[in-house]
Amino acid sequence: MSGTERNGDTATLSGAEILIRALTDQGVEVIFGYPGGAVLPIYDALFAQNSIRHILVRQEGGAVHAAEGYARATGKPGVVLVTSGPGATNAVTGLTDAMMDSIPIVCLTGQVASHLIGNDAFQEADTIGITRPCTKHNYLVQDTDEMGRIVHEAFYVATNGRPGPVVIDLPKDICVNQGRYEKPDLANLRHKTYRPPTVGKAESVAAAVEMMARAKRPIFYTGGGLINSGPEACARLQELVRLTGFPITNTLMGLGAYPASDERFLGMLGMHGTYEANNAMHDCDVMICLGARFDDRITGRLDAFSPSSKKIHVDVDPSSINKNIRVDLPIIGDVGRVLEQMLACWKDGGYTPDEAALRDWWTTIQKWRSRDCLAFTQGPDIIKPQYAVQRLYELTKDLDTYITTEVGQHQMWAAQFYKFEKPNRWMTSGGLGTMGYGLPAAVGVQIAHPNSLVVDISGEASFMMNVQELSTAMQYKLPLKIFILNNRWMGMVRQWQQLMHGSRFSETYSEALPDFVKLAECFGATGMVIEQPSELDASIRKMLDTDGLVIADVRVAQEENCFPMVPSGAAHNEMILGDDGAAERPKVTGEGMALV
Amino acid sequence: MSELSKIAPKHTIAVLVDNEPGVLARVVGLFSGRGYNIESLTVAEVDAGRDRSRINIVTSGNEMIIDQIRAQLERLIPVCRVVDLTEDGPSVERELALVKVVAQGENRIEALRVADIFRARAVDSTLNSFVFEVTGDSGKINAFIDLMQPLGLAEISRTGVVAIARGADAM
Ligand SMILES: Cc1ncc(C[n+]2csc(CCOP(=O)(O)OP(=O)(O)O)c2C)c(N)n1
Ligand SMILES: [Mg+2]
Repeated sequence: MSGTERNGDTATLSGAEILIRALTDQGVEVIFGYPGGAVLPIYDALFAQNSIRHILVRQEGGAVHAAEGYARATGKPGVVLVTSGPGATNAVTGLTDAMMDSIPIVCLTGQVASHLIGNDAFQEADTIGITRPCTKHNYLVQDTDEMGRIVHEAFYVATNGRPGPVVIDLPKDICVNQGRYEKPDLANLRHKTYRPPTVGKAESVAAAVEMMARAKRPIFYTGGGLINSGPEACARLQELVRLTGFPITNTLMGLGAYPASDERFLGMLGMHGTYEANNAMHDCDVMICLGARFDDRITGRLDAFSPSSKKIHVDVDPSSINKNIRVDLPIIGDVGRVLEQMLACWKDGGYTPDEAALRDWWTTIQKWRSRDCLAFTQGPDIIKPQYAVQRLYELTKDLDTYITTEVGQHQMWAAQFYKFEKPNRWMTSGGLGTMGYGLPAAVGVQIAHPNSLVVDISGEASFMMNVQELSTAMQYKLPLKIFILNNRWMGMVRQWQQLMHGSRFSETYSEALPDFVKLAECFGATGMVIEQPSELDASIRKMLDTDGLVIADVRVAQEENCFPMVPSGAAHNEMILGDDGAAERPKVTGEGMALV
Repeated sequence: MSELSKIAPKHTIAVLVDNEPGVLARVVGLFSGRGYNIESLTVAEVDAGRDRSRINIVTSGNEMIIDQIRAQLERLIPVCRVVDLTEDGPSVERELALVKVVAQGENRIEALRVADIFRARAVDSTLNSFVFEVTGDSGKINAFIDLMQPLGLAEISRTGVVAIARGADAM
C-alpha cells in the first residue's frame, strides 16, 4: 500500500494494539467474535478501549453470519474475530457463504505462535490453507511492523471490486511483540497490484445503449451486484427503467434493488421465479444483465436458456463473463458507474425505445402475468405458508423493516411474497444456501439498526442449526422477531423427494422438535403458537407489539410445495406451476436427476 | 490427464505474480478446485528487485474454459499479469530434460549417436550409464525420450515448459 502519511505517530505498540488502532482508523464500530487462547492479547487490547464494540456470539459460525447481516444491512464491511484452530474452522461456512454472495468481511483469526506453526501445536489449524479457496484473499502476519499495512490492505481488498471475505491470520507472538504503526492516508490507498475495474469502456456502453434502443422484447435482469454497488446504483437503475420502459426482473440476491411494487417489476426469476419473469427471459430479444452471474438457479438448462436474445452483461468481475452463458456484449466495470454512463449515453444521444414493439411485448407479458402463478387458496383451517408471509408483509410493510431468512421453502416464499422496495433490507444466503444463516444474520442487522424491526423468516429445521444465537440476541436485548413457518419437514428436501424420488421421504421429517414457546421462555424471550388462519393477523400484531425477542411458531400446511418451479435440467419455459396438475409429476430427465 | 485435454487445444499461459508466500498454492489450488487441467508448470523468481515470479502453465480447454482460466487467474490478488502465449501471437517454448540411460555395448553407442543428433549433452557418465541434458520444445524432448526407450531409458526429469513471446514487446 502506498500513500502513507507521515504524522510522527510512530511510537511502538503491541501488535494487538496496532490491530485495534488500524481497525479504529478504518471506522470499525462493531466486531462479532468469540475469544480463545490465541486471541487473548487482542481481547486484552479490546478491553482497554471504548471505540469498538464487541458482540459476543455463541459459536464462531454465528459471528460470520452476523457480520454478513451487518454488512448487507449497512453496506459497510463486517468484522469478525475468532481464535485459532476450532475458532477458525467454525468460521469456514460463513466465509464460504460470504464468498459466494460477495459480502465484504474481514475475519481476524488467532494463530499459534510463529515458531509453533507447522508443529501440530494445541489448537493449530492451517487456517491459511483451509481458507484459501473460500476467501477473496488471506494474509498471515509475520512481522508486527506489517500489521497496520496488512489490516488496511485487507479492508481495501474486501470492499473494492467484487467484495468478498478476507482472512488475516494472527500468530500470538505477532500480537504480543512491539511494532510501529502509522495511520495511512486512507482516501488514497492503493494496492500494489490489484486494480479493480471502475468505469466501463465507453464504446461498449454506447453499443449497449444502441442495442437497447433497437430492442423489441428487452428485459433487465439484475442481481446482487446492484446492492453491493450501493443505493445510488439502484437509483440509477430505477431511472433507466423509467426512461426505457423495459420490464425488469431481479435475482434472489438482487431483491430490493428495484421497487417490487412497480408495474415494470416482473418478480424474481429462476428456479422459483415467476411465470412472467422466466418466460420473458426465455423469449426476450435483448437481455441486459446487470450485476448478476447467470447462476444455475437462474438459467435452468443451459442450452435452452433464452435462445434468441442478444445478451449484454455488466459485471465488475471479468471471470463472471462467459462463465456459464456466452454473452454478446460484456462490459467490465462497477455496475453503478456503468449505469451512470448508460444513462448519460441514452440521454445525450436522444435515444428513445421502440414504443410500438414495447407495447406488444408488454401485452405478451401481461398475458403471462394474468396466469397469476403465485396464486394459492387459503382455506379456513390450516395456515398456508404463502399466506403467512403475505400477511407478515402487509402488516410490516409500512414499518422500518429488515428481513432475514434461513434456507428452504420458507426462504423462497419469503422471496416471492415479501415485496422489497429498497436495497439492503433483505438478507438471505443465496449462493451457498446455508441453513442457520438467518438468526445470526438478524443479530448483525439488529446491532446495526437497533430501532428497526428485524424479522427472521425461518423454517423449523434451519432454526435449530444456529439456535444458540438466541443467547447472543438476549445478551444484547435485541428485539428480533423469529417467524418460523413450521411445516414439521425439511420442506424443500421433502418437496424434491416427492417430485423426484417417488415420495420416499428419507430422513426429512422434523422429529422431536422442541416446544418453541418453552424454548423462547427458557432463554428469557416470548414464545407464541399461531395455528388458525383467522387469528394470524392478530397474532402477528401481537408479535410486533411485544417488547423484546419473540419466537412465533406458525403451524403451516405441512405438505405445501413451492411453485412455480423450474426442475433441474429443465428450461425456463418448462416451469411447473402449482395448480396445473403436472406439478405432482414433473418431467425430470436422467441428467436433471444428477443436478442439485 | 482428463478426457477433455485429449481433444481440447493446449495453451501456454504466463502468469506474473508477486512473490509472496502461498502464491503458488493459490494458483495450483485454483486449477484443482475448478477442475482445470495442468499439463506442466514452472515457476521461478524473475525480478528480484520487484519481488516478482513468473509461472508458466501449460493447460488445455476449449475457448470458454481458457478464457475462464485467464479471468480466474487475474482475480487472484497477488497476480500482476496473465498472458495466453498461445493466443497472443508467436512465442518460443523450451523445456529441459535430464534423461538417464543405462546401456552397454551397441545400445550405448547408439544412445550417444542419437544424443548427438538431438544436440543433447552427456552431463554424467559411468561405464554403464549416461545422463543426457536435452533442451527444445516438448515435441523434441518427447521424440528424444521415445528413441531412448529401447536403448535403456531408466529415468527422466523434465522442467516443464518455459515460454516467452517473440518480438520486442515485454510482458
Ligand atoms: C447447512 C445445510 N445443510 C443442509 C442443507 C440442505 N437443505 C436445504 S433446504 C433444507 C430443509 C430446510 O428445512 P426448514 O428449515 O424446515 O425449511 P422448509 O424448507 O421446511 O421451509 C435442507 C436440509 C442446507 N441448505 N444447508
Ligand atoms: Mg420446515
